[in-house]
Amino acid sequence: MALEIKQVAMTGNEAVANAIKQINPDVIAAYPITPQTDIVQFYSTFVANGLVDTQMVTVESEHSAISATIGASAAGARAMTATSSQGLALMHELLHIASGFRLPIAMPVVNRAVSAPINIHCDHSDTMAALTTGWIQIYGENAQEAYDNMIQAVKIAEDPRVKLPVMVCYDGFITSHAVENLVLLPDEKVKEFVGEYKPTHELFDFDSPVTFGPLVLPDYFSEIKAQQAEAMLAAKEVILEVAKEFEKMSGRKYGYFEGYKLEDAERVIVVMSSTAGTAKAVVNELRAQGEKVGLLKPRVIRPFPAEEYVKALSGAKVVGVMDRAETFSTQGGQLFTELRAAFYEAPERPLMRNYIFGLGGRDTTTAEIRKVFEQLKQDQERGSVDRKVTHLDVRV
Amino acid sequence: MASLKELSAIPEVLAPGHRLCAGCGAPIVVRQITRAAKGPLVVTNATGCLEVSTTVYPYTSWNTPWIHTAFENAAATASGVEAAYQSLKRQGKVDKDVKFVVFGGDGGTYDIGFQSLSGAMERNHNLVYVCYDNGAYMNTGIQRSSATPKGADTTTSPVGKVSYGKRENRKDLTQIMAAHNIPYAAQVSPAHWNDLYQKAEKAFAANGAAFINALAPCPRGWRHDAKDTIEVCRLAVDTCFWPLYEVVEGKTRVTYKPREKKPVTEFLKTQGRFRHLFQPGNEAVLEEIQKEVDRRWEELLALEEISNRQSETA
Repeated sequence: MALEIKQVAMTGNEAVANAIKQINPDVIAAYPITPQTDIVQFYSTFVANGLVDTQMVTVESEHSAISATIGASAAGARAMTATSSQGLALMHELLHIASGFRLPIAMPVVNRAVSAPINIHCDHSDTMAALTTGWIQIYGENAQEAYDNMIQAVKIAEDPRVKLPVMVCYDGFITSHAVENLVLLPDEKVKEFVGEYKPTHELFDFDSPVTFGPLVLPDYFSEIKAQQAEAMLAAKEVILEVAKEFEKMSGRKYGYFEGYKLEDAERVIVVMSSTAGTAKAVVNELRAQGEKVGLLKPRVIRPFPAEEYVKALSGAKVVGVMDRAETFSTQGGQLFTELRAAFYEAPERPLMRNYIFGLGGRDTTTAEIRKVFEQLKQDQERGSVDRKVTHLDVRV
Repeated sequence: MASLKELSAIPEVLAPGHRLCAGCGAPIVVRQITRAAKGPLVVTNATGCLEVSTTVYPYTSWNTPWIHTAFENAAATASGVEAAYQSLKRQGKVDKDVKFVVFGGDGGTYDIGFQSLSGAMERNHNLVYVCYDNGAYMNTGIQRSSATPKGADTTTSPVGKVSYGKRENRKDLTQIMAAHNIPYAAQVSPAHWNDLYQKAEKAFAANGAAFINALAPCPRGWRHDAKDTIEVCRLAVDTCFWPLYEVVEGKTRVTYKPREKKPVTEFLKTQGRFRHLFQPGNEAVLEEIQKEVDRRWEELLALEEISNRQSETA
């Protein structure tokens, strides 16, 4: 299919704001927070110039941002918001309500460390703390992926088999504020791809009025939660279907993860988002020296495609999982513990170790990634890991 | 002005069979206010007695669209619902003329929902926010709120050897809402049903945000007989503890002035929560309460006077 290619230079936030403009939601309710702020500003400009049909509600907090988004979505509108860090933490209560109501809200989350100490830079402590809220979570490495994920998120969320909210995550400043080359899709292609939103059980049905958010006691509560879990399972399939359809339109391929030189890799780093780009450079360098190294970059962690991750890592001898957030369990980061658990039934298990890295925006360079691969090599030679959890690049 | 007969003929959005207590002020307020909507109405509810007692799944008492999300965000939730309406109407996806009303108790309105309410009023959404003010957190078991009157015995401001109950005066939320310079703010009491209905009509007709503070006695928390709810409301007004007034586009009008202003003790003595104030030793507290009621009443009359003078000069 011939496509008009529109190559642009944009920051991640500008790219995502443009994706939302092309989606043209009925309602946006948002509150600015660094490093998400540009999205709200760009979008306000689109509204001020009459480029969108969106009713914009400039609320007084993130708590109200998600509350108004939920209200609008329940009313039958395609509704969105966006946030980061403290903003996501302030929304937390309502995150459960959005998913409990089965509202298909697509929300960019520009990853930033959660206070204290207060810090405005990237890590994943904000979205990692929201893993149990019933939202789908998709992570992107760069501006192009953030843009592409935003468009796919709408279709995933609104699929009748799913009807769950989606967080579209990408790294604060590194991706949100750096200017990159990327390709935008034509407006009409995005419009056609996401289609017209067809709500079910919307509030504005006056002929058969709906009671949204009733009190549900022990006699029904479990059934409703089980249905939510079923929907999350159904999302696994839908995410791949949407990715395939997106690839047909854009030529860009997406799945649960990206495997980079993984086929015969013995030593593998697992890392999400922008740091995967740094890791790829090191993989290339080490491969040129004949080292059997590779990278697995998770894209989807809710739902957690455990079997697929195990399969992708089945040939590895040592896996270094890099988590950009502490859990304080003393047993490693969230990605590490979930991946390790996924291997419980596997006939062959690689050695696995965990690195907590890049907290509060600490830069993770190729030198740090090389150090990780060196340690993985030592582990492989020794036949055991010398340390399960390491805080990478930390003064002691 | 509608007659009682006419009002009773208007179809109701809150069906009988809900589980609120006998004598509860909340459903009376809801039924009187919603009658004035005259057409399609969407109700937003904060967490509280009204919400839990009318929507025990799989049943509902609401035969109009109704939404509840959480406790402190009813105004924000309704902002989103109203924004969706504005958007869909503009795009031709909704054709009806729809009204929006929010109900929250004093907990969800004066306290935990205060920020969200202030935001929605400042943004001037086209909705009517109604606080059913029963002067404490009744749903969780009668804890004090910033709407609890001074001297009231609650489970978190209990009367004890060194305590006469709540030490602080009530927050004056109606004035705070009027200070948002919204098109319409009013205070109502179910005993004065015609005054209430007319104010609800004005609130729904206002082109923007409207706030109504409605007195809603709680027989459990106030400790009065369920049958006396309306009488207690009447005494609240006749003692000027709960003045009936409205602020329309910044102009204050007292809509009911008692011919004879009764002492506040006439209101207080109807309720068990104030019984201890009539014991020897608490005379000074009663005096302080009376003084504060007088001060606020005088201030309100002065505000009305200023508004009248402004109208004359205009």
